[in-house]
Amino acid sequence: MNRFVWLALLALGLLAPFAVYPVFMMKLLCFALFAAAFNLLLGYTGLLSFGHAAFFGGAAYVTGHLVKNLGLTPELGVLAGTLFAGLLGYLVGSLAIRRQGIYFAMVTLALAQIVYFLALKLPFTGGEDGLQGIPRGLLFGVIDLNRHVTVGGTPLPLALYYFTFALFCLGFGIIYRAIHSPFGQVLKAIRENEPRARSLGYKVERFKLIAFVLSSALAGMAGAMKCLIFQLASLTDVSWHTSGEVVLMTLLGGVGTVLGPAAGAFTVVTLQSQLTMVGPWITVIIGGIFVVCVLVFRRGFVGELGRLLRRSL
Amino acid sequence: MGMSLQTVLSQVMLGLNNGVFYAILSLGLAVIFGLLNIVNFVHGALYMLGAYVALLGFNQLGPLLGRPDFHLNYWAALLVAPLVVGALGVLIEKTMLRRLRKFDHLYGLLLTFGLALIIQGVFTNYFNVSGDAYDGKPEVLSGVVDLGFMLFPKYRVWVIGISLAVCFGTWFVIERTKLGSYLRAGTENPELVKAFGINVPLMITLTYGFGVGLAAFAGVLAAPIYSVSPVMGSEMIITVFAVVVIGGMGSIMGSILTGLLLGMVEGFTKVVYAPASGTVIFLIMVVVLLVKPAGLFGKEA
Repeated sequence: MNRFVWLALLALGLLAPFAVYPVFMMKLLCFALFAAAFNLLLGYTGLLSFGHAAFFGGAAYVTGHLVKNLGLTPELGVLAGTLFAGLLGYLVGSLAIRRQGIYFAMVTLALAQIVYFLALKLPFTGGEDGLQGIPRGLLFGVIDLNRHVTVGGTPLPLALYYFTFALFCLGFGIIYRAIHSPFGQVLKAIRENEPRARSLGYKVERFKLIAFVLSSALAGMAGAMKCLIFQLASLTDVSWHTSGEVVLMTLLGGVGTVLGPAAGAFTVVTLQSQLTMVGPWITVIIGGIFVVCVLVFRRGFVGELGRLLRRSL
Repeated sequence: MGMSLQTVLSQVMLGLNNGVFYAILSLGLAVIFGLLNIVNFVHGALYMLGAYVALLGFNQLGPLLGRPDFHLNYWAALLVAPLVVGALGVLIEKTMLRRLRKFDHLYGLLLTFGLALIIQGVFTNYFNVSGDAYDGKPEVLSGVVDLGFMLFPKYRVWVIGISLAVCFGTWFVIERTKLGSYLRAGTENPELVKAFGINVPLMITLTYGFGVGLAAFAGVLAAPIYSVSPVMGSEMIITVFAVVVIGGMGSIMGSILTGLLLGMVEGFTKVVYAPASGTVIFLIMVVVLLVKPAGLFGKEA
């Protein structure tokens, strides 16, 4: 994609907190990273994981616990959460890639359910209440992430925002590099024709597993970020609803496009914050969007746009 | 520890009671998967819908019709709920699933997931998540039966009996009758079956309707045992998915037996180590994936 587009997006990200409500913006970045990580599997490897909330929420719990109860600094907390999600991804992925297609989705969903049970039952997770009041702490032991800078009369949590934005750029950059590397080409070959990729001598299982670990680790990073921003790790984060939501974001934005997941996350997060007055009906609306998307809008926003412009976005 | 044979047997009986629900639901999933090649995520929601047809038929239908003393009784609900839900299934298949046939099977899963969210969302809006009790249990099925080693609720004996009859009846129709042979042939090679003059699209529609009708039937059976709640289906479906992964969807008898067996194992776990009873099916799934990745009855290469 064009260098100017990237620079424009970067500038947009840097200036966003001055124009948009920063907490909304940070939530968006978390879910955009989560969806982009998920898309690495669905869009570029052709694997539908229905249990990605396990990594997102699992990392949120681990980061929350380490930061709150063991006093880790936020950057180490995020690192630990990411590593934990990667390790969990290794375990789940090793099992799940033993089955293909539809079974893969069911296996990941069922394994994620074990993580949900653990989040409910383990002593440090706070059961139904989740982990609350997680402190944001001092970044590198120096920068207070709670610090607000007053701009034009409004206090803005700029330290936290730029920390989140930096992590997002890091995660997104890793995904972008992975997709556009020879490794990414092999993933796409597996997506298009697994037997052929195998017959060309690629160790398909190993590539799938690496993609799975990478995807789950970055989903975990998104969850760890979310836990510091909202100072909360809850059962919702590990529930199958969240797994379904990230599928929807990716589908809506465009499966297998670089910018699609972010666009989808933007749409879903905006809907959720704008439609708070409809209460529980939001589930029905989300379900409806799902159905419409699958029936008539399988390419998603970015996919359709890419088709109009005749280029891959 | 106090693990007498009697406690074990009674928990295993109660487990078998859960097992028949796993069996009916995974059987329905297997039948649908066989012909439509989709995993029917909305199965749990339609099971819940079946239970609500029984509940609302009993409590609300009379007042709605202006005859407050009218109740749709249990036996009628056993017939009406599968028909209503089956008709809904026919509608879903004809208007939505049919359009997805030429695309990746994953879209079927995603579509039915969306439908599950819609149905569950609607019911969450109108009903209490903690559930409502169903009062329509017939007098004949109240009380207990002496099984020799324990007193077992008569209703549960009925549920086990009728579920086994329905499961094996379905197996018989599919594996041993002419109609079933069309179905099985349609699973193998729909084009060829079409060439023999059989209306395959109609067969697919009716199969889907039948599969979800089974789910509704299970829902009515469940109504007097478990509380009827909007989330009863989503809790069930994830467990049933694990059952399906363990058994493999390739075999009708396989999915019935796996369902029954896992229900009993779950009951047994309650005696041995109660905290694990909620996850034991998922742990068995892990072991099966490690030892026999294609599933116990799977035919997958």
